[in-house]
Amino acid sequence: MPWDRNDMARRAAQELQDGFYVNLGIGIPTLVANYIPEGVDVTLQSENGMLGMGPFPYDDEVDPDLINAGKQTITELRRTSYFSSADSFGMIRGGHIDLSILGAMEVSEKGDLANWMIPGKMVKGMGGAMDLVAGVKRVVVVMDHASKKGDPKLLHECSLPLTGQGVVDMIITNLGVFTIDESGMKLVELAPGVTVGDVNEQTEATFEASL
Amino acid sequence: MKKLHDDAVAALDGVLFDGMTIMAGGFGLCGIPENLILALRDSGVKDLTVISNNAGVDDFGLGLLLQTRQIKKMISSYVGENKEFERQYLSGELELEFNPQGTLAERCRAGGAGIPGFYTKTGVGTIIADGKEHKEFGGETYILETGLVADLSIVKAWKGDEQGNLIFRKTARNFNPMMATAGKVTVAEVEELAPLGSLDPDCIHTPGIFVQRLIKGEHEKRIEQRTIRERENA
Repeated sequence: MPWDRNDMARRAAQELQDGFYVNLGIGIPTLVANYIPEGVDVTLQSENGMLGMGPFPYDDEVDPDLINAGKQTITELRRTSYFSSADSFGMIRGGHIDLSILGAMEVSEKGDLANWMIPGKMVKGMGGAMDLVAGVKRVVVVMDHASKKGDPKLLHECSLPLTGQGVVDMIITNLGVFTIDESGMKLVELAPGVTVGDVNEQTEATFEASL
Repeated sequence: MKKLHDDAVAALDGVLFDGMTIMAGGFGLCGIPENLILALRDSGVKDLTVISNNAGVDDFGLGLLLQTRQIKKMISSYVGENKEFERQYLSGELELEFNPQGTLAERCRAGGAGIPGFYTKTGVGTIIADGKEHKEFGGETYILETGLVADLSIVKAWKGDEQGNLIFRKTARNFNPMMATAGKVTVAEVEELAPLGSLDPDCIHTPGIFVQRLIKGEHEKRIEQRTIRERENA
């Protein structure tokens, strides 16, 4: 059975290592915080200007001056620090953040990522995504393997405007886990009950099964 | 020279002109200069180029200046929360320049620090890099981005004193400190006006040299996405 959103988040959480500073994107990546493995201490960064992001507040703790990059109200921890957006992206661009986990619309077999724009349709903007994929040490994408219409999202070349070129290191979909390096894209793990044939049917990108 | 003014209208007196460029601090609705935005709307100043990470929501923040069509062009990183913005942009009434968020922050910082340009990896290989100078450093490709300076910067702080020294609170700091440095004139609105000498000089985020005018405002501090958790066993 393919993975659901929580399974994908749980799998992504296995990429966390003790002591990591991590930036989580909006959507499934946010759920990763629920599955941080025991004994692994990570500090979550919010690119609007915070290290040490805590859980959502209780009703009587809500503070309009304390939000995450998705504009949701959150809380601070004992380790928390605040800083400007310039300092925040200094951390990101400067390679001080260990891991970025984010969603995607398309990923190419060379690690190109598209997740910010559909020409003529969606004009929301890239926010911090271009800075994150360019600057963070390791980029993990979590997304559904195919679009809602069933079109593949793992492609030879992205059709949408890119967020970054050759930036993705790992992709976790509902069907399995892929890695990308100089030698190309490899399928390294399958969700329970999913076969390489199932993956092939929903994938345009060239990959090597390396299970 | 007296920096402290009675209200937002007085603080903007003589600095506004049609076609000007304005930087506005804030991330989403967090840490936005609410009082100064209202005064800009009421002034009727138009054909504005506004540099701000976001564009407010339809009926609050910079969304108010979109409703009145006072904005000609926005320079932003994310505008997903504003339907009127999307409508004006798709119909060609509004110009839009998307900047990656970190590039936008650094452009403001650089502008205020007298740095006309800098190289960054962000956006290499994307449409953001189109037409920009590319240069290799240590085998990696970077693009040239320019510093930004505005005719007017409007920022919001938690506490400030009559010298214009400012302290921000939690994530309401965001773009405010850089934008304060990059305005030819910077006007700050604060929640609390602190008596001179009562702010710890070691804890000032924005030194008063960057702030020409200051007001104490009243702040609604609207929350865009109130997200809470339930108490267990409550």
